[in-house]
Amino acid sequence: MPGSSRRAAIVGVANTAQARRLEGATSRGLAVGAALAALDDAGLTLDDVDGISGDATAAALLYDLRLGPAWLGRQFGIQAVTEAVHAVEAGEADVVLVVAAEAGAYTDRSATAPWTRPENEFVVPFGLFTAAEFALVARRHMITYGTTPEQLARVAATIRTNGSTTPGAVYAGRGPVTVEDVLASRMVADPFHLLDCSMTSEGGCALVIAATDRAADTASTPVHVLGSGSDHAGPAYRHPPAWDLAGRRGGPVLGRIGERAVGRAFAQAGLDRADVDVLELYDPFSFEVIRQLEAFGFCGPGEGGPYVDDGHIGLTGRTPVTTDGGTMAFSHAGAAPQMFQRVVRGVQQLRGDAGPNQVPDARVALCSGGGAGALFTTVVLLGTEVP
Amino acid sequence: MTRLQPQSGPLPHAEPTGASAPFWAGCASGELRYQRCRACAAVTSPPVETCRECLSADLAWEVSAGTGTVYSWTVVHRPATAAFAAVPYAPAIVDVAEGFQLLTNLVDVAPEDITAGMPVAVRFVATADGPTLPYFAPAPASPEETLP
Repeated sequence: MPGSSRRAAIVGVANTAQARRLEGATSRGLAVGAALAALDDAGLTLDDVDGISGDATAAALLYDLRLGPAWLGRQFGIQAVTEAVHAVEAGEADVVLVVAAEAGAYTDRSATAPWTRPENEFVVPFGLFTAAEFALVARRHMITYGTTPEQLARVAATIRTNGSTTPGAVYAGRGPVTVEDVLASRMVADPFHLLDCSMTSEGGCALVIAATDRAADTASTPVHVLGSGSDHAGPAYRHPPAWDLAGRRGGPVLGRIGERAVGRAFAQAGLDRADVDVLELYDPFSFEVIRQLEAFGFCGPGEGGPYVDDGHIGLTGRTPVTTDGGTMAFSHAGAAPQMFQRVVRGVQQLRGDAGPNQVPDARVALCSGGGAGALFTTVVLLGTEVP
Repeated sequence: MTRLQPQSGPLPHAEPTGASAPFWAGCASGELRYQRCRACAAVTSPPVETCRECLSADLAWEVSAGTGTVYSWTVVHRPATAAFAAVPYAPAIVDVAEGFQLLTNLVDVAPEDITAGMPVAVRFVATADGPTLPYFAPAPASPEETLP
C-alpha cells in the first residue's frame, strides 16, 4: 500500500476534571472540553482534524463539531487507539481525535453502575455484575496457586497510594493506603473488599493521533506506538468466566488472556519485558493486576502474588504499576473514557509529565485494558523513540 | 453464619431465545437440560444453534442428573440491584457431571463452608413472575455413605 511506510504518533493528551460527580456536567460538554484540551496540548486545532473515534457518540460529535467528511473509528478502548494509528498509517486520515466522556449515567445508587451489569438470560437472574465476574476468576487463581487476600490488597494499596499523590485524581490526598486499610474495608464480592474494586466517577479524556510528518509541527513531544495486540474470548458477561476456558487452537486459556496479545505487541516492537519501564495496567479489581503480570510474562504462572509481595510493582520497584491511581483512585469515568486513561498516563510518563510519580527516564510503557472477567485483554506498547 | 437463601422477590431476567427456550422449559419442569451433538457427542451449555466443536446443527437435548462440583464462587455482599434482597448471595461456576459448566447461585450452605470441588446438586427455585432458576446446594451424601 503506498501509505504503508507512514508512521503515526500520539501527539496530544488531556483529562478533564474527574470526580465522583461533576455537578451540572454533561457527557457532550466534557467530550468537547477534552478534545479541545488535547488538541491544544498537540498545538493543533479542530481545523486539522479529519478523523474521530472513542465511543458510540463519536458520529454525533463528528456532526456537532462539523468535522465531516472525516474518518470514523468503531473500536473500543485500547483498540480505538490502535485502530486510529492504523488508519493514519494506512493513509486514511492525518489527525484523529480519540475522545470519550461520561457524566450523569450512574444515577440509581441502589444498584451497581449500569455498565457493570449487562443483561443476559444466563447471567442477570443470578445477580452477576463485574465485581462478581472478576471475583470468580480471582478465586480460581487462589484455589490453584494459593494467592492470598493480603496479596490482592497489596495491589490495591500500591495503586491507591499512587493516586493519593497524583494531582487531579479523584482520591488525591486520600492516602497513603495500607494493606490493612484494604482488608478492613467492607466486603463487596469475596475476595474483593471495597478498596479492591475500582470506583465509579465522571469525567472525560482525549488523545490526538497524527502522522509523524504532521507531528513535527506540534507542541508536545510525540509518543510512538511501538506495538499492540488484542485477545478476545467472547462477548463480555454472557458466559461463565472460567479460568480454563479454551479455544479450538489450544493456546492460552481465559485466565491467561492477554498473553498472545502482548506477545504480538513485543514482536512488532522488537522489544522484550526487560525493556519496559512502566506498566500502566488496567485495574478494575486488584487481582486483575496479578493476573496480567503473569499473562504478560513479568513473572511465571502463579508467581503474581509473591511478585507483588516483594514490592516489584511500587514506584521504585522493577515494574512500577498504574502510577496515577488508575480506576481505583485516579478515575473510572463511565464505560469508555477510563479505557483510554491508561494510554493517557503512559504518554504522560514518557513525556516526563507524570508529576510526583514520574518514573525516572521512562522510555517504554505498556498500557492495557479489559480483563479476564470481561473475556478480553488489549495492550499497547508506547515508546519515546521508534527502535 | 446462616445458610445462603434463594432470592424470593421478582428478579431481572431476559426472555428466552429460540435456542434457549428448551433449557428454561426444562427448569420449569424440574429438568436440568443440556445439548449433546449427535455428530461428535460434544456437550455444550448455554444453548447454541450449532455445535461449538464440529458445527453440526444436529443437537439433542439431554437431561442432566443435576450433580456436580464447585469450580469457583464468590459471596456478594453488595447486590447488583435492589432486586437481590437476600444478601449475601453466592454466584458460582459449577462443573456439572455431564461435562459442562453453569453459572448459578449456591444456596443452603453457609458462606464459610463453601470449598473448591464441593459436591453440589441442582435445586430448582421458581422466581416471582420469572423463570425457574437452577440453583445448586450441597449434595446429600450418597446412600452407601449414610449411616443407618
